[in-house]
Amino acid sequence: MGNVHTLSRPVEILTLALSGEAFALEATIVREILDLVPITTVPNAPRYATGLINVRGKVVPLVDLRVRLGMTVEPRTIDTRIVVIEATLDGELTMVGLLADKVYEVAEINMQSIESTPKVGMRWPPEFIRGIGRRNGGFLIILDIDRVFASEPAREDRLHGS
Amino acid sequence: MSTAIDPVETFRAEARELFEQLETTLLDIEADPSDKDLIDTAFRALHTIKGSGAMFGFDAASAFTHHVENAFDLVRKGKLAATKELVEVALAAKDHMRVLIEQPEAAPPGRSEALLAQLAGIIGIGPVVSVSSNDAHPPEPPPERTTYRLHFRLARNAMAMGANPLLLLKELRELGDCTMVTDTDGIPMLEEMDPSGCYLAWDGLLSTDQPRSAIDDVFMFVIDDMELSVEVVEPEAKRLGEILVERHAVSADALDKALDQQPRLGAMLVKEGLVSTDKVAAALAEQKHLKGEVEKVAKADAADIRVQASRLDELMDQVGELVIAQARLRQLANAGNDPHLKSLVEEIERLSSELRDTTMGIRMVPIGSLFGRFRRLVRDLSKELGKEIALTTSGEETELDKTVIERLHDPLVHLIRNSLDHGVEAPDIRESKGKPRQGTIHLSAIHSGAQVLIKITDDGAGIDPVRVRAKAEENGLIPPGAELSEPEIFQLILQPGFSTAAKVTSVSGRGVGMDVVKRAIDQLRGTIDIDSTLGSGSTMTLRLPLTLAIIDGLLVRVGEGRYVIPLSAVEECVELSAEDDRRASGRDFLNIRDETVPFLRLKALFNVVTDPEPYQKVVIVSTGDARVGLVVDQIIGDYQTVIKSLSKIHSTVQTFSGATILGDGTVALIIDVPRLIDFGQASESQKKAS
Repeated sequence: MGNVHTLSRPVEILTLALSGEAFALEATIVREILDLVPITTVPNAPRYATGLINVRGKVVPLVDLRVRLGMTVEPRTIDTRIVVIEATLDGELTMVGLLADKVYEVAEINMQSIESTPKVGMRWPPEFIRGIGRRNGGFLIILDIDRVFASEPAREDRLHGS
Repeated sequence: MSTAIDPVETFRAEARELFEQLETTLLDIEADPSDKDLIDTAFRALHTIKGSGAMFGFDAASAFTHHVENAFDLVRKGKLAATKELVEVALAAKDHMRVLIEQPEAAPPGRSEALLAQLAGIIGIGPVVSVSSNDAHPPEPPPERTTYRLHFRLARNAMAMGANPLLLLKELRELGDCTMVTDTDGIPMLEEMDPSGCYLAWDGLLSTDQPRSAIDDVFMFVIDDMELSVEVVEPEAKRLGEILVERHAVSADALDKALDQQPRLGAMLVKEGLVSTDKVAAALAEQKHLKGEVEKVAKADAADIRVQASRLDELMDQVGELVIAQARLRQLANAGNDPHLKSLVEEIERLSSELRDTTMGIRMVPIGSLFGRFRRLVRDLSKELGKEIALTTSGEETELDKTVIERLHDPLVHLIRNSLDHGVEAPDIRESKGKPRQGTIHLSAIHSGAQVLIKITDDGAGIDPVRVRAKAEENGLIPPGAELSEPEIFQLILQPGFSTAAKVTSVSGRGVGMDVVKRAIDQLRGTIDIDSTLGSGSTMTLRLPLTLAIIDGLLVRVGEGRYVIPLSAVEECVELSAEDDRRASGRDFLNIRDETVPFLRLKALFNVVTDPEPYQKVVIVSTGDARVGLVVDQIIGDYQTVIKSLSKIHSTVQTFSGATILGDGTVALIIDVPRLIDFGQASESQKKAS
């Protein structure tokens, strides 16, 4: 993750809230942002992706990043949104919906201002994080989306909840 | 996915078709070596492979094919006989060409030389010895249909010299489509006329795929003193005036002048004395001929269009979305009270369902192309096994989704191999049993509702149910002495790890096999029925859906969620009585017409926590041999829908084969019945263990 320092041009990011923390994705992978739609539960699916939604006639998996990142899951509110992105899964470009407690804005961030992930003091699996930025005086965790989906989805228990 | 078309890939796709055609033709030649048309077809296929191969840079393939083409050229010219040996080598050479084109780097070194040496050997023993494989005459340009405008006038004394214009005209007609009109303008007044003289001239068009030299050959013996002009014309529909001008029968100025006075151009030109009746007749004939050519070209263009499969998939997706949107529209219209809207919705409903059928139709191809590929398999394998077996086919015109056909290839190869190896007996054994020495394997396809039945029938030894049972007991597939009907026993063959062949051959009998076939057919949402009479043969019947894109399903509700169960697996629906429900805590069995059917509670399998509902239903499904009940909360009805596959994120969820979008826009999951039953059994035994 040292290579992010070499990028000098500012990039556009989408900032959103997950369990009270501010996260960011590269804006280029975002296709659209939806209000909550009816969600179909997939029984026995990995716990971070138990839902399917209909996005303009396409069946799209819905991923709860909070579960994937090991955070507490708060109930859905009026601010809850679905961010539809394009991610690379096993080399295949796939549409994925991400649950977000709130979506803030699209902002520009200077890649030089991003700090690499500290080895200690992080609650989140470090391989999913591209770096830490600053925004409005607070921290902004920049996600590496392809890595979030790249690592073994099969690890999750798939058979029975009990 | 990129939509750019790689020309090399297009060439490969075309070459694949040519190879298939070549193989069929070669096998036909083997059956009837005297058929000249077949030889020509083989030669043309080789010629095209050579030519376009070189064009796309497959030089090795092209050079190799050249020698095989030469051999067939000799056959075509009657200088070499189409022997079994030649066909044998040609078949092997065809396989090699295919490798050279598909994966040139994978071609075994020295293979080309070995095959060419074989070929040279065969050519050598034929009547022509002098043809060395390096005798490379320049390749003829591929035959192309050209239209020539001909004008000829024989020498005045030609008939006296023994020429017969009628014969010349006949020869011209044999070259292709020929329209000739006689020009009598040259006939003099009677007193000036020499009775043996030839005063006539002929004008017209010839459309032929013969080279230009063929025309000269016709006039070879009279060419010296005659007038002959041959020019190429583009087949396009022309106006009479244009033709006359082009033929110098009338000047453009004169034509324009005449055009000022309507109505009938031809009649007018004659009346004006600008041109004779014959000339107009000739031009009219030419006009008609050219029109015909234009139509022929248009027809050939319309016959075939190559489209990328991904585009068809896109189209199918969009039509699927249209069907879904239309279902929502209908819901809205039915909720309101507008008769105009309702009739419009009905109209759109009809159109979209027609559009869907047409779109599905585009993906349909006749199964004959697949059947054709097995002729070689049967021929080669029966040789290897020392058996005499004929493959007969019927229903080649039966259409199936192209994807289904492609995915059927491997399972069918397996089933045919099994019939060849275990089914049909060796010729001597057959004779001792009073059967003809030659065994028969019959492949047939037939439509049956929304399904296609494919049958593989052999007149071999049949399957011995006693042996199957013994083997299954030995392998622990069934408890000793289990009560099974004959069809149930035959279904055991499809279980993993089952093989009755005592002898392991290279053809079959490795112990893996029939379960792989079953899995492949399951994936196509099909089933396998086995029927056999000991001593007189077996029949395997594959039942397959017409297409993979659309599914006929039963829509059910479990808790809040809705699921689609493929209708092909559903046998019946019954109500789960409160009594059965209560009692079922210990044993999940139903008694249906004195038959015990185990059932699975989808609520438990899907971890759905809602209050128990009073009128639960049981959908009885079957997968081959097993009948299992699935307990659901409500049966909503039958539902035809477009299947969408699940993403990689859900690749670990095996109980569903895909998802679909319902009329109200929500997503419903499609249950994969065999996998769900496996899953149910697994989780039950886990429950017992804990």
